[in-house]
Amino acid sequence: MSGRRRSEWRIDGQRLRAMVVKEGVQILRDPSTILIAIALPVLLLFLFGYAINLDNSRTRIGLALQDDSAAALSLASAYRHSPYFDVVVERTAAPLREQLIAGEIRGIVVIPQDFGSGAARGQRPPIQIIADGSQPNAANFTSAYARGVAQTWAAQEARAAGLRAPPPTELSLRFWYNPSLASRYFLVPGAIAIVITMIGTLLTSLVIAREWERGTMEAMMATPMRMSEFLASKIVPYFLLALASMAMCTVLATTVFGVPLRGSLFALLVLTMAYLMPALGQGLFISAATKNQFVASQVALLSGFLPTFLLSGFLFEIASMPKWIQAITYIVPARYFIPALQTVFLAGDIWSLILPAIGYLLVFGAIFFLLCFRASRRSLDK
Amino acid sequence: MSALRAITIKEIWALLRDPKSRIVLVIPPLLQLVIFTFASTLEVKNVDVGVLDRSTGTASVEIVNRLAGSPNIGTIRRLRSHDDLAEAIDRQEVIAALVIEPDFDRAFARGQATRVGVVLDGRRSNAAQIVGSYLQQIVTDAGASVRGTERAPPVAVAINWFNPNLDYIWFNLPSLIVVIVSVAGLSITAQTVARERELGTFDQLMVSPLSVRQILIGKMVPPFIVGFVNATVYLVVAQVVFGVPFTGSVLLFYLGLVTYLLALIGVGMFVSALSMTQQQAFLGSFVATVPVILLSGFASPIGNMPQWLQIITYANPARYFLEISLGQFLKAQPASVVLGELWPLVLIAVATLAAAAWLFRARME
Repeated sequence: MSGRRRSEWRIDGQRLRAMVVKEGVQILRDPSTILIAIALPVLLLFLFGYAINLDNSRTRIGLALQDDSAAALSLASAYRHSPYFDVVVERTAAPLREQLIAGEIRGIVVIPQDFGSGAARGQRPPIQIIADGSQPNAANFTSAYARGVAQTWAAQEARAAGLRAPPPTELSLRFWYNPSLASRYFLVPGAIAIVITMIGTLLTSLVIAREWERGTMEAMMATPMRMSEFLASKIVPYFLLALASMAMCTVLATTVFGVPLRGSLFALLVLTMAYLMPALGQGLFISAATKNQFVASQVALLSGFLPTFLLSGFLFEIASMPKWIQAITYIVPARYFIPALQTVFLAGDIWSLILPAIGYLLVFGAIFFLLCFRASRRSLDK
Repeated sequence: MSALRAITIKEIWALLRDPKSRIVLVIPPLLQLVIFTFASTLEVKNVDVGVLDRSTGTASVEIVNRLAGSPNIGTIRRLRSHDDLAEAIDRQEVIAALVIEPDFDRAFARGQATRVGVVLDGRRSNAAQIVGSYLQQIVTDAGASVRGTERAPPVAVAINWFNPNLDYIWFNLPSLIVVIVSVAGLSITAQTVARERELGTFDQLMVSPLSVRQILIGKMVPPFIVGFVNATVYLVVAQVVFGVPFTGSVLLFYLGLVTYLLALIGVGMFVSALSMTQQQAFLGSFVATVPVILLSGFASPIGNMPQWLQIITYANPARYFLEISLGQFLKAQPASVVLGELWPLVLIAVATLAAAAWLFRARME
């Protein structure tokens, strides 16, 4: 038994080469692999580069101008000239309410009737800002910007009136590594991680499942090939495919999307190779355990794509999630990969962050390969 | 009619026969419900912040105390030097770090203009910006409290309609219905024809006395049922378990759902007719699902996208159903508004189904 096990781990170079060539030909022949390796990366980078824009742009709001005093008109013109807003002006709030319900505007600013007269008495009533809470994130931005316009206007009025307030403490914000605050800069590396996950986990999981479903697995078993050779022959081509895709993504990210690459290509390569271990291992394990393409694809989507998208911290802050979900994120390999990838792109080779990430990834990879080896061997014994 | 019934039963049976795929129809939507609901929040809270306080006077201590008391900030890390600060930011141990220079309290006491430096991690620029606004508020409040200056009457008061506390779950669950229906609908539809083709049973189906239309309709039923059931479960769970209000009309919601499902199934059939193998069908449906979801307004508002991309989103059926779902849950949108969303959805459904049927015939001959 122990002799047999040892032999299973050995790899015969010539046989492996033959198998890798066979797999490679299969990959190149299937248009869907090309779709995933070339079309999907382009599509994802494109969508994350342009469609997912967390940087607020001009928001359409309604302005209910219930007062026509000089002060009210001056505030209204402050809103009209704000770079953050496109303003629709009405005399009352009622028609704007309809537009807010229909989603044509994202908020309403109400300048009340006694705004001017109150200001003359030194008791200016506050204006009312109504945001569309059905989109909470946008609502936050809308009310923050709307309030900002009013505060700036009030400060200017006070200065014009010769009032002197004690100087408030100023905050000087410096955003390291992304001073222009382009969300694209951190989203594009995240999209690259998704691409690598798709190739490593999803594509690979479909491959062995297909062998089982089509019955070619039995044919494989009849050959003198060892288990280790079989697994290696499935891994090597997709490993190379993923690296090629990574190279393409890096070129696209830096040229088309203008994402800086401040770290070294060496760090990028080492990190990607480390991430491919758990990604490929997971894919192989899923296929060996499910033996059905439909089930494998769904499991891969659920355990590979979704956690990379949701639980890696690239779009949603992990610290803001409930504690038990935070605990789950620790077993998501992308949680370690994505910050390291963002660091290599935006900050540089910060090895004190990259090396621990690589360490975690290799441990996850080893666990998956062990699981995979067991699952495949058991099934061969059957 | 009986032929149609027979093929429909056969298709449902094909989907439910395998115990593994039965599980796959149930477990993923439930897991997605839980994880999506709690994980996908753009809120920022409980983040760790560093402080390099070289002044340690009344005002700077007040700032640090207020930081510690803020519900949005988790742990405060005391930093000893600029190197310490750089290290904490670089290793992402903190998302932001305040730098209070030695002369801060002296200048503050003299009533001069003061300044607090903040270094933020631009690798997470969206969250960092939000943290920056929290810090601004905290520092302003701390200054006012130490000076004992009354805060001026507010220039503006802000409220939120439809979701007064901006509870993220109220947005998430109605949007999630769209995501789940899209993922399940597209992947199941795309598999149907491709699977028969790969297993070679498609030829048998073609030599049967069934017409092409009957085969097509039979294949549309299972994804339709799955999408319908998923959406219904979510509709109930959102209200009963998560307490999301449903203010609109159930009828209008289902009108939107049915039209959306038809549009989606058309897309799925198109992919399926193009695919020769299940792998191609699956990958094809994934490539179709991603833009459907990302261009729907779920991940970020459509208004934030560049103009030319906003125009493209008009062709995305999910855009309309997301608006209907949110509108019926939170905004009690009247029928007149929903109709405005519904007719483009009908047009898209007709177009995708016609395209799928055409391709289907073309590939069969």
